[in-house]
Amino acid sequence: MAELINLVLLAMLALTALRIIFLKDLFAVIMLFGIFSFLSALIFINLDAVDVAFTEASVGAGISTVLMLGTLALTGRKEKANSHSSFLPLVVVCITGAALIYGTLDMPDFGDPDNPVHQHVAPRYIEESPKEVGLPNMVTSVLASYRGFDTLGEVVVVFAALIAVLSLLSIRKETEQDASESGLKSHHVLHVVAKLVIPLIILFALYVQFHGDFGPGGGFQAGVIAAAALILYALVFGLPNAFAVIGAKFLYCMASAGVLLYASVGLFSMYKGGNFLDYNKIAAEPLAGQHYGIIIIELGVGITVFAVMLSIFYAFSSQTARSNIK
Amino acid sequence: MNFILDHYNYWITIILMMAGFYIVISANNLVKKIVGLNVFQVSVFLLYITMGKVSGGTAPIVVDGATQYSNPLPHVLILTAIVVGVATTAVGLALIVRIKGAYGTVEENEFKDQDDAI
Repeated sequence: MAELINLVLLAMLALTALRIIFLKDLFAVIMLFGIFSFLSALIFINLDAVDVAFTEASVGAGISTVLMLGTLALTGRKEKANSHSSFLPLVVVCITGAALIYGTLDMPDFGDPDNPVHQHVAPRYIEESPKEVGLPNMVTSVLASYRGFDTLGEVVVVFAALIAVLSLLSIRKETEQDASESGLKSHHVLHVVAKLVIPLIILFALYVQFHGDFGPGGGFQAGVIAAAALILYALVFGLPNAFAVIGAKFLYCMASAGVLLYASVGLFSMYKGGNFLDYNKIAAEPLAGQHYGIIIIELGVGITVFAVMLSIFYAFSSQTARSNIK
Repeated sequence: MNFILDHYNYWITIILMMAGFYIVISANNLVKKIVGLNVFQVSVFLLYITMGKVSGGTAPIVVDGATQYSNPLPHVLILTAIVVGVATTAVGLALIVRIKGAYGTVEENEFKDQDDAI
């Protein structure tokens, strides 16, 4: 049954991707991309990657789509007719695709437990991590403990992306007079539903944050979900109201505080006589140390991701607001 | 039949990858190019997750009675790659907004013409 679902979903994914090529209406392209992300999240669940599916559904279908729509509001929704011929790209793509498909014939069979990927490192993670780290979710153990240094790098990359976006687009506070213009004032249904849903989304984000050690979830997903709640607030009630809840300056402090919190756990473990990010040394018991370390660094990840996603949204939507006033 | 089932996921991955590649090299509109890059990126995610799957396995979260788990390592790599992916997409989109401000267009051939005129 799982194989059948896999076949159908993958076929739908390929059809969606092929449809994106030929559409000229960019709004439809971006909506299709949202569907594409949701379909890929479903496929990830089917392939046992629940944490990845969670991230793809909240990031790919949520934040990416919102940011692309924000860009579209500034650049126009129609793609102009293509002037140069599409013959050469088609030839290049067909040749590359044929070569890659020829390459897949040597790939190991799908799902075979004896595949080379499953022979090295992975057995150790699967057998030892519940004992060494003490968490049932192996993805969190590997992410936060075994590969903690790698994850610190990823968080720094996300932080660097914020700096890049802010150096390109500035966030400007609007005056009181503009405040009455933005938001969806006349949509009462949206107002009522948003007010009901936003607290639930934030509650869910906190659950994902702190339950990530035991089930699917963790700092990356929780940060994105919490940012989605505030993005919904900004869209429905207007950007100035969102600034009143969390200002841009405060978000910059949060983004850097998350990275510093993560790095300070590493320094603290060095102070205690271990290596950088060696949680065993944090508390008297190694397992307790692992627990404290993972909870704190996941919190750091969650804070940084939340602040970065929300400030990137602020940067895009304050550009849109300014061009509307012009 | 078995041969097809064993390689089906890889082939779909390559179709997606080529669809993304085609959009990136043939589209004139920069926003569409970013969508193409994202399609390409999802195909890479799919390749990794496909390799991590073990038949008869379950999600890598310890439960009583489970003996076979899928490989957690590709999941970790792809989870962080998705978040970094959206951050870099945001940088790309911010560049597009600035290009629109400077040239008044986001069609590749049009702002190239303007550059040549200068």
